[in-house]
Amino acid sequence: MAESSVQPAHVHAPPEGFIRKHVFSLDHKVIGKQYYALAIVAVFTGMFLSWLMRIHLVWPAAKIPGLELLSKAGAPGGVMTPEYYLSLLTMHGTLMVFFVLTNAPFAAFGNYFLPIQIGAEDMAFPRFNMMSFWTTFVAWVVLMLAFVIPDGPPISGWTMYAPLSAVGKDAGPGMQWGASCWGLSIAIFCAASLLGALNFIATTLDLRAKGMTLMRMPLCTWAWFITSCISLLAFAVLLPACILLILDRHAGTSFFIPAGLVISDRVQPHSGGSPLLWQHLFWFFGHPEVYIAILPSMGIVSHILVNSMRKPLLSAKVVIYSMMSIGFLSYMVWGHHMFLSGMNPMSALAFSFPTLTITIPATILTLVWLGSLYGANIQINSASLFAIGFISMFVSGGVSGFFLAQPSIDIYLHATYFVVGHFHMVMGVASLFGVFAGTYFWYPKMTGRFLSEGLGKLHFWITFIGTYCIFMPFHYLGLIGNVRRYQSFVDDFMAPYLPLHKFIAIAALITGGAQLIFLFNLIYSHFKGKIAPDNPWNATTLEWSIPSPPPWNNFGDRHPIVYHDPYQYGVKGSKGDFVMQDSPEQVIASGD
Amino acid sequence: MRKSHVVMAGFAMLAASAVTMAGPAGGTVSGKVTYEGTPAKMKPIDMSKEPSCAKMYSTPPVAETVVTGPGNALGDVVVYVSAGAPDEAAPSTAAIFTQKGCRYIPHILAFQVNQELKISNEDQTSHNIHPLPKLNREWNKSQPPGTPPISEKYDKSEFIPVKCNIHPWMHGNFAVLKNSHYAVTPDSGAFSLANLPPGKYTITAWQESYGEQTQEVTISGSETKTVNFVFKAKPY
Amino acid sequence: MGKLLAVVLVIIALASAYPIIANKYPLPEDISTHGHQIDEQIKDTMLEAGLSFVGAQLVLALFLWSFTGRKPGSPLKNFPGGAKVMVIAAFLIVGSEILALGVLGQKAWANVYFAPPRADAIQVQAQAEQFAFYFRYPGPDGKFGAIHPDKIDEGNQNYFGLDPANEVEARDDIVSGELVVPVDHEIQLLMHAKDVGHSFYVRELRIQQDFVPGLDLSVHFTPTKIGKYEIVCTQLCGLGHYNMKAYLNVMSQADYEAWLKTQSQ
Repeated sequence: MAESSVQPAHVHAPPEGFIRKHVFSLDHKVIGKQYYALAIVAVFTGMFLSWLMRIHLVWPAAKIPGLELLSKAGAPGGVMTPEYYLSLLTMHGTLMVFFVLTNAPFAAFGNYFLPIQIGAEDMAFPRFNMMSFWTTFVAWVVLMLAFVIPDGPPISGWTMYAPLSAVGKDAGPGMQWGASCWGLSIAIFCAASLLGALNFIATTLDLRAKGMTLMRMPLCTWAWFITSCISLLAFAVLLPACILLILDRHAGTSFFIPAGLVISDRVQPHSGGSPLLWQHLFWFFGHPEVYIAILPSMGIVSHILVNSMRKPLLSAKVVIYSMMSIGFLSYMVWGHHMFLSGMNPMSALAFSFPTLTITIPATILTLVWLGSLYGANIQINSASLFAIGFISMFVSGGVSGFFLAQPSIDIYLHATYFVVGHFHMVMGVASLFGVFAGTYFWYPKMTGRFLSEGLGKLHFWITFIGTYCIFMPFHYLGLIGNVRRYQSFVDDFMAPYLPLHKFIAIAALITGGAQLIFLFNLIYSHFKGKIAPDNPWNATTLEWSIPSPPPWNNFGDRHPIVYHDPYQYGVKGSKGDFVMQDSPEQVIASGD
Repeated sequence: MRKSHVVMAGFAMLAASAVTMAGPAGGTVSGKVTYEGTPAKMKPIDMSKEPSCAKMYSTPPVAETVVTGPGNALGDVVVYVSAGAPDEAAPSTAAIFTQKGCRYIPHILAFQVNQELKISNEDQTSHNIHPLPKLNREWNKSQPPGTPPISEKYDKSEFIPVKCNIHPWMHGNFAVLKNSHYAVTPDSGAFSLANLPPGKYTITAWQESYGEQTQEVTISGSETKTVNFVFKAKPY
Repeated sequence: MGKLLAVVLVIIALASAYPIIANKYPLPEDISTHGHQIDEQIKDTMLEAGLSFVGAQLVLALFLWSFTGRKPGSPLKNFPGGAKVMVIAAFLIVGSEILALGVLGQKAWANVYFAPPRADAIQVQAQAEQFAFYFRYPGPDGKFGAIHPDKIDEGNQNYFGLDPANEVEARDDIVSGELVVPVDHEIQLLMHAKDVGHSFYVRELRIQQDFVPGLDLSVHFTPTKIGKYEIVCTQLCGLGHYNMKAYLNVMSQADYEAWLKTQSQ
């Protein structure tokens, strides 16, 4: 290979100059950090929006100071209008699902660590990689534009169901340019994600170091690889869907709009379209998307757990195959979002079966994690606390899915707070716990300094208890029939449950406040954190064999050779109870 | 002075004051708007979806699309000078439009181009007022209970239907007019447009279901001219 | 701290289960003929989900308690049977749940969606629009007048765009903001969306169905208890979605017929 006169794309010169080093960088590590920074901005924005929503829901007549500055039309005199609540709801969902849960566990950590963990010096296509990030950034800018344009952000929810999203300004405030910002932003995001997925797949298949067979890859690398494969098909469907939506809105087409609709006293000039077509296209993407959000966290948590437990999982192969099955099955279940949508009721049964079946690999994973803890030597630190918390959250969020998978139960629970509780627990909490765990675990490698353990533990306790206080009650509210996406509860039916909503709002404010501790920790520790060695956690995978922080080409001049499976813990190694993947020493089991 | 001189002086003063009281212009156009035929029966409004408003009424109110009075009188007809009078600057007082009991009060609000329109919400529910102009700029605004009145203005003369985006039965109209010579008939159907300088005028009567009718009238001094309008009622 | 987490996990698991076990958030009363099957299914699923949830949290807590803070050099153990046991357990536990709940539980779905409406079901057309529901009864002639979108005139309360001037069938149609029905009689709701997607949800009736513009959908049910129940929109339809509701007014047969008579005048 060294004889070729053409350098492989992933080999590039050392970066020079501020712009090349920190802005338009080809280095996957910088790109990973850029994705992470974008996710941080998005998550705090999304969280702030959710605070506004919760406060308004519980105190609808409240004059929220400063809100009128954000939007004069949306909050005259500081009192939020019904449509502005829906705008905030739409932007909250869009920011969190796309710019946080796809960016942080997948694009951020995957970009940073996948090449290192397989022993490569960069991604297969560094230029595409740089384009992926900056295209994602442009998508974010276009989305945020919706806040500053005259009519404000769209009000149709992150799911943007047609015809509400497709007819244009007659449908309501924010549905003229706001909805177009959304469509354009997400289309751009899809393009960026497709580039990123291609890069991950090519890198994983082609750039593994000598001895790094597929089965020797760490579990998080497997998770990123499987997630990339899912992404390719999912985003490839959402992108044309967004284009069709933009065409309906601006080019007079009628993909999603049937004839004879009268909105704002005007007969809409469309005919022949189907609102269900949007739902199919959206959910064909939307369901795999939620697995795109959780699989990387599953991989990260598995990776951290073995390190904290000082022993390997019961079977890494079973974990890999379970993650693969989840990825495969995720494509067969999208109709469970549409049980009541007017599809042929037979299809509900057809979609219900794979939805229930996906519980099997999810249960296998949970049982393997739990079973692996048995007999282990669990080290407690911020990273492992969040990893263990993930297991608890994943169970909590997962079991509510079992209700919603049954169409007959969905008749009652659809569009109630039960659904909101379910997806917040699995995505909003469990997936985010994977990100937190990864942050505490890998921060020393990325920056050369530890995050403060004291602040990390404080962050964990408030977040763990707080998120249970917020989202467990959502399930009870769903059981009594509390409908979702209401800006305020104006009827007698809901009056007895307002105190519970107040409790939730206060829990949300406190839990949100704890995230500021995390943000402070991230920034402060960058400058004042305790200096970290190369392998602070006595870990085995390749990222711990290089300096903290790593040089621009990861391994310097050496090409690592891999001798072992990724998780040789609980053995007699030369450095302790572990053997690193690239260490040529023999693995001696503890009992020998 | 002799008594008869005092009396004559008194009469002279009275006459002088009568002339000054007549004002700078003198003419008046007045009349009555009536209908012929059978108007559609106005149905009671079903407000059951909004209990906070429904409970304000002991019997449900009826729609106000056609307002009738004794003697076939037609109320809520806007009668105005559509030609012959110069455009006037808007008065400084605001035109008040109130949302109360989930209805618009008044049902038809006549005001001038560039006059301030003040919309208030006196109900316990949010309203979203949505005028539907063809010439002016279209907007809609939500007004949660307890928020300050909305202030707007229109810069072109137009008849604008007004609806509430949240409560489908709420309907009203804005009549944005170019001068101050207008009236909205009460249910007696009577109107009076005063202070018209001498000239030839076109008087238009507008009813939201029955359309418009015009008549020409000439004022030469301070007389009162009578102009009546008769609209053909529609049974549905 | 691992042991502390174990204790907190137990508290969270029990605190979460308590409101369910103590029935603090009961389902609203069931006033339909098919609802008890849905309620039964929810109860069965709650038992299985509840046991899984509490069980998993307690096992996690137990393992945390036992295997954190161990003395250095403590022996590592493997769960007996290893991953194979987990895979088999997952298939058995989940498989049997899928069989019980998924397959056997289709009855409730079938009753709502596969059984056709009875021949003597009362037909009422429901129109969902931004932001109210309106209901139309065919009147004494038993026929619905045609809908003309261009004739909709809400100020005049012509929500359906009927043309009574030219169409005889439309003249006796009764339009109401309330869904008034007689008790113990099957109702077939013909669902029409005027503008965007909406949904019809009556908690007590255990019925929920989307209105989809362009599609003729219908749903049928039999209410079994006299009273007034909320119909709420559950498909985000715009700024007034939160206030889009109507009332299902279940009356005795005599009261229903009297109501029809007064509406016809």
